[in-house]
Amino acid sequence: MKTTSRTVEGVEILSLQGKITIGSGDVQLRDLIAQCLNDGKTNILLDMSGVSTIDSSGIGELVGSFTTVTNRGGRLKLLHLPGKVSDLLQVTQLITVFEVHENEAAAVASFK
Amino acid sequence: MNPESEHIEITITSRFENIELVQVIAEHICECAGLDDDGSHWVGMAVREGVANAIKHGNRLDTRKRVFTTFDVKNSNLAIHIRDEGDGFDPEQVADPLSPINIMKTSGRGIFYMKTFMDEVDFSFPDGRGTELVMRKNLAGRNGADATD
Repeated sequence: MKTTSRTVEGVEILSLQGKITIGSGDVQLRDLIAQCLNDGKTNILLDMSGVSTIDSSGIGELVGSFTTVTNRGGRLKLLHLPGKVSDLLQVTQLITVFEVHENEAAAVASFK
Repeated sequence: MNPESEHIEITITSRFENIELVQVIAEHICECAGLDDDGSHWVGMAVREGVANAIKHGNRLDTRKRVFTTFDVKNSNLAIHIRDEGDGFDPEQVADPLSPINIMKTSGRGIFYMKTFMDEVDFSFPDGRGTELVMRKNLAGRNGADATD
């Protein structure tokens, strides 16, 4: 998994690209979130548009990231959810846990 | 590949990087048998989860142990057998990931996804031969649109 990050109006936007699967990307995501929190960046928007594959381990890391950020008083939201990732969140009812946005500006504004 | 009747075997060592190899074979078999891209993707996803469980929970990441996968296509019915060399487990003890007390857990969704995307999912425990997972899918007239209904 490759990632790029930028800050927009106090929101850390992490663009994830590639696979978030067992042994490839799952631990990376955990470390990435931990680094953001250590840097005091607690409003996090994950841009998922570049995610090509995700499995149950990747879904688990998304849940773990959400919990970690929430427990630190922050918020984690999702942007540009690919259809197949959305399907996996739907069938496990996790889609109700995450706030999902299709527009970056609206997503950033939602943190205010 | 003959879409009417085919038998394919692949044996891998217990490394996560080998999972995709088995997944790609599964997707290719489904495509050759006439399943559309989405349907093939979800079968590949179920295979990915089965092989990942065999490596992680069955063989406990022991690279000396192998995962044996066979694919059998006959009359548009696909049967997939995935066997590890571990100690087995009790399927009755697998928690329901949709239960409110489990929904925020970071693991425990693999078998649920397999059951969602395949027609049948069964486990058996041949004496001293680890866990054998059997998944079946009727490939005739199916497409990906109903995979998550």
